[in-house]
Amino acid sequence: MIFKKTKGLELQMDAFLDKISESGIVFRRGVKSYLKNNEEEFSRYLENIRVLEHEADELRKAIETAMYTQTLVPESRGDILALMETSDDVIDRAKDTLSEMGIERPHIPEEFRDGYFELARSTVRAMEEMVKAMRAFMRAPLTVRDYLHKVYHWEKESDRLAEELKRTIFASKDLDLSQKIHLRYFALHIDTIADRAEDVADRLAIYTIKRSI
Amino acid sequence: MLILLFLSSGLFLGWSLGANDASNIFGTAVSTRMVKFYTAAIVASIFVVLGAVVSGAGTTHTLGKLGAVDMIAGAFMVALAAAVTVFWMTKLSLPVSTSQAIVGAIVGWNMFAGQTTDIQALTKIASTWVMSPILAAAFSFVFFLFFKKILEFWKIHIFRLDAYTRIGLIVIGAFGAYSLGANNIGNVMGVFVSVAPFQSLDLMGLSISGVSQLFLLGGLAIAVGIFTYSKRVMLTVGEGVVKLTPQSALIVVLSQSIVLFLFASKGLETWLLAHNLPSIPLVPVSSSQVVIGSVLGIGFANGGRGIRYRVLGKIASGWVTTPIIAAVISFISLFFLQNVFDQQVVKPSDLIGHHQVISTQITKTG
Repeated sequence: MIFKKTKGLELQMDAFLDKISESGIVFRRGVKSYLKNNEEEFSRYLENIRVLEHEADELRKAIETAMYTQTLVPESRGDILALMETSDDVIDRAKDTLSEMGIERPHIPEEFRDGYFELARSTVRAMEEMVKAMRAFMRAPLTVRDYLHKVYHWEKESDRLAEELKRTIFASKDLDLSQKIHLRYFALHIDTIADRAEDVADRLAIYTIKRSI
Repeated sequence: MLILLFLSSGLFLGWSLGANDASNIFGTAVSTRMVKFYTAAIVASIFVVLGAVVSGAGTTHTLGKLGAVDMIAGAFMVALAAAVTVFWMTKLSLPVSTSQAIVGAIVGWNMFAGQTTDIQALTKIASTWVMSPILAAAFSFVFFLFFKKILEFWKIHIFRLDAYTRIGLIVIGAFGAYSLGANNIGNVMGVFVSVAPFQSLDLMGLSISGVSQLFLLGGLAIAVGIFTYSKRVMLTVGEGVVKLTPQSALIVVLSQSIVLFLFASKGLETWLLAHNLPSIPLVPVSSSQVVIGSVLGIGFANGGRGIRYRVLGKIASGWVTTPIIAAVISFISLFFLQNVFDQQVVKPSDLIGHHQVISTQITKTG
């Protein structure tokens, strides 16, 4: 009985992490289809990420309720809760960015498109390494470090790419200031996803020390 | 009724043992909310009584060898002297153990009765006080490294590990409570064994000896202590002195239980002797000191960081001060009970023997 409940919770946690990982892929593809002006594909990815975000929310609530009503992992449940909520912010950020793209329809000139795609790719790498670190935290805390430094690497890389992109945008003589600010806004938002992943990594670094027996 | 009055000091010792020492077994489990207090209290009570009744004879026999208190009033005062020592030293925040207090109190009785204390038995007992925390540290050191390797190898999910740890804390806690009952019942009821006038009882074809009845009574006193007062102590122990994770708590309880069991198991002693191996003396040891030993073992396995070596000095000082204080209190109070309250605390033949020895010495020296 006790193991059946535990197994169910393990599966829910795995599913939650799958949703985050999947939303990263969807986000990257969504940005790519936007940059390629593929409207139909972009709408499909936008819908996908909305569904993923909702499902992740539901799973997070179910896991949190189970942990507290059944007094499970009393020592670490506060940490797990904080981890889940912070990682949920990452999906939220990805979904909001894609959704804002759909609403605001920023005009991205050809010469900046590669920059945006590279930035999206880098932030999603940070997100993927974050998910791996979270999975490691659940099963093998000693291996968390193997992933954390990669999260930090891709977060730094995203910062670098975002800064480079913003510099190029503001150096351009063909754009109005309003358009430059609009483009900067999206570079900033995509970069923020990697920042959120870094927040999760920071928490994981501490919680892993706490988890060692 | 008078019997119960005389037994009351032993029952009080049992109560304080339950109130204090159950926390060594279930303290971290309860304070970290891994195990509910009532689950812990029920498991601890059942197994402490079982341990006392089934395996309590070994350590009691050793205490008997140290000094055979032969009048119930004397036994009452010996147990009371130990209880007062424990209470007083606890109040002064000094490290104290019931096992060490009762040994001191028995030696006090020996002195009062003029009986020679068996130095060999005393040395055997004192050496176990030193040995038990060291042995516990060695066990927890090995278990810690072993568990760490297992966790690294098996990569158990945090939720599953939680479930395993809960079950482990209850099962090993039950073993710990059994070992505590077996090892420490001698402290509580040992001095009454030869003087309590309990007759064998036949209950549905099952014969319960007088000693078993005495141990059952002592076990029940410990259980009352667990239910009435141990929760408070458990929460203090769990959150105060050293913060342990549930997994390290499991290792601490396991090491402690094994050590208490080793020093209480007659079966193991017989087996070791039968195989020509050195046997482990059956002596009541301090579960609190054994726990400290276990925690230190984990500290060493973790690289020795954060170990407060002063704790060791405090324990060692307790080995000397507790028995001395208990012996003095026992001697003085036996004197008062005999001369002020007119109660016989020593069998007259002993006293005659004692006085004869003294008068012979006086004649010789005189």
